[in-house]
Amino acid sequence: MEHVAQLLLELGLLFFGLSLIGLLARRLGLSSVPFVLLSALALGEGGIAPLTTSEPFIEAAAEVGVVLLLLALGLEFTAGELFASLRHHGPSGLVDLLLNAPPGFVAGLLLGLPWQGALALAGVTWISSSGIVARLLGDLGRLANRETPAVLSVLVLEDLAMALFLPLLAVALAGGGPATAAAGVALAAGAVGLALLAAQRQGHRLGRLLASDDDEQVLLRLMGLTLLVAGLAQAAGASAAVGAFLVGLALPATVADRARAVLGPLRDLFAAIFFVAFGLSTDPGAVLPVLPAVLLLALVTAATKVATGWFAARRDQVAVPGRLRAGTALVARGEFSVVIAGLAVAAGIPELGPVATGYVLVLAVAGPVLTRFTEPRAQRAGPRPPAPGRTAP
Amino acid sequence: MDLEETLLPGVGVRYRLRTRSGEVLAIVLGREGGAEVAVYDRRDPDRARGVLRLEPDEVDAVAEVLGAPRLTQRFADLSREVPGLESGRFPIREGSRFAGRPLGDTRARTLTGCSIVAVVRDTDVVPSPGPGDLLHPGDVVVAIGSARGLADLERRLDEPA
Repeated sequence: MEHVAQLLLELGLLFFGLSLIGLLARRLGLSSVPFVLLSALALGEGGIAPLTTSEPFIEAAAEVGVVLLLLALGLEFTAGELFASLRHHGPSGLVDLLLNAPPGFVAGLLLGLPWQGALALAGVTWISSSGIVARLLGDLGRLANRETPAVLSVLVLEDLAMALFLPLLAVALAGGGPATAAAGVALAAGAVGLALLAAQRQGHRLGRLLASDDDEQVLLRLMGLTLLVAGLAQAAGASAAVGAFLVGLALPATVADRARAVLGPLRDLFAAIFFVAFGLSTDPGAVLPVLPAVLLLALVTAATKVATGWFAARRDQVAVPGRLRAGTALVARGEFSVVIAGLAVAAGIPELGPVATGYVLVLAVAGPVLTRFTEPRAQRAGPRPPAPGRTAP
Repeated sequence: MDLEETLLPGVGVRYRLRTRSGEVLAIVLGREGGAEVAVYDRRDPDRARGVLRLEPDEVDAVAEVLGAPRLTQRFADLSREVPGLESGRFPIREGSRFAGRPLGDTRARTLTGCSIVAVVRDTDVVPSPGPGDLLHPGDVVVAIGSARGLADLERRLDEPA
């Protein structure tokens, strides 16, 4: 019984702490992700207050957190939006990959990580945080700006690229050779295509399976379906996250709206636990020694992201100030960088943990601050009330 | 006049309109039903300034205010046969979910694209009813829109409570 009391007390304090952190982050106009990571570093092994009893629960809940994060990502956009982004901004997506992934890969090798770890770090530096960026655009009143479609298109293409990158990484981490990795990516590409086709042709059937007037029924069916597919994907050697992403992608727009609303609070809760778990698994003492390297990497990949946004906005005939706004808006890295690093750490490359933690800490804070500086002076002060659109975890 | 429509993935749709007076107006319709209205900065024509945020119910109210009188006018001209535009009269039956509820609750314009231009009650006619006007059982709603929108509206008004 004492065990139960201890568990509940630890979790209660943890959630209270997360709420305070969220409040502070919102007040500063920043994402709560870096603050949660920082606080979780202070807890757990090597930290000031070990969470001994609740750690098994947190670890299990973190797995669900990743699945829900990716499900929500798949629900964010429709097949139509995806194809429109590919048509208008396919080259921007390619530039994004070519500019932002190689610095991470090279840095990983220089830091002495195995090549699989370097590959994971390439993903960490490549993917911007769609949660942070979307919220930032709303907060800064930029949704109507002419560069915004370019920014959002780059985010959508990155999100789609995650569905191909994660299986590649999963195969590489499991020790597969180039042939197995190529097969994994081909399989994932096929699955994504199938999911998109299913959404367009058979979406109403899937929709009927999930349709109910009762929110509880929608939630339970959605969770059941998602966890089943995620579990199967994991068993098949891909990543559970990819399975969840595909479920989100395959749901038609009408169901997706409802699913987002029902799922929102649950996603926020479990995603927060996932960030805590990642912070807990990282030794705070190991972050300091890699900090100079991390700062340099952050500097380089902030510059490459600005170049990406510049390129994408220029394709839409946006002038120089708008290109700068687009570039700086994309600098923030966040939840998906942590998801990628989490996969590598779980697969036995713990050295990546401190690097990724430090990197996300720096850019999740520096990105939003940087892009605020591109606003004219009078617009800069203070965050604004939340806007319509996506919500950040 | 040119109205330009751009998809904002994950957010909604943006409409841009250059008015004859030279201002550029942007309306971002969010997926959840909210909207932002903005005009562009004259010094930096890529940047929205003076952003106005509207909640979904406010969007409905603004749409009614701007749309209803215009469409009533067109309705009056209907003798000239506007192609693709039809009108319909739909009774509010006893037991309909909208009996005794304000007109705005039907969200007719948002969901079916139809405009309710008048409500006929016994011998009275309420022209250009506002979203706050109550619908009573036995009222007849006069609406204009596409044939498909009108069919949707009829079905919606018949939904049981």
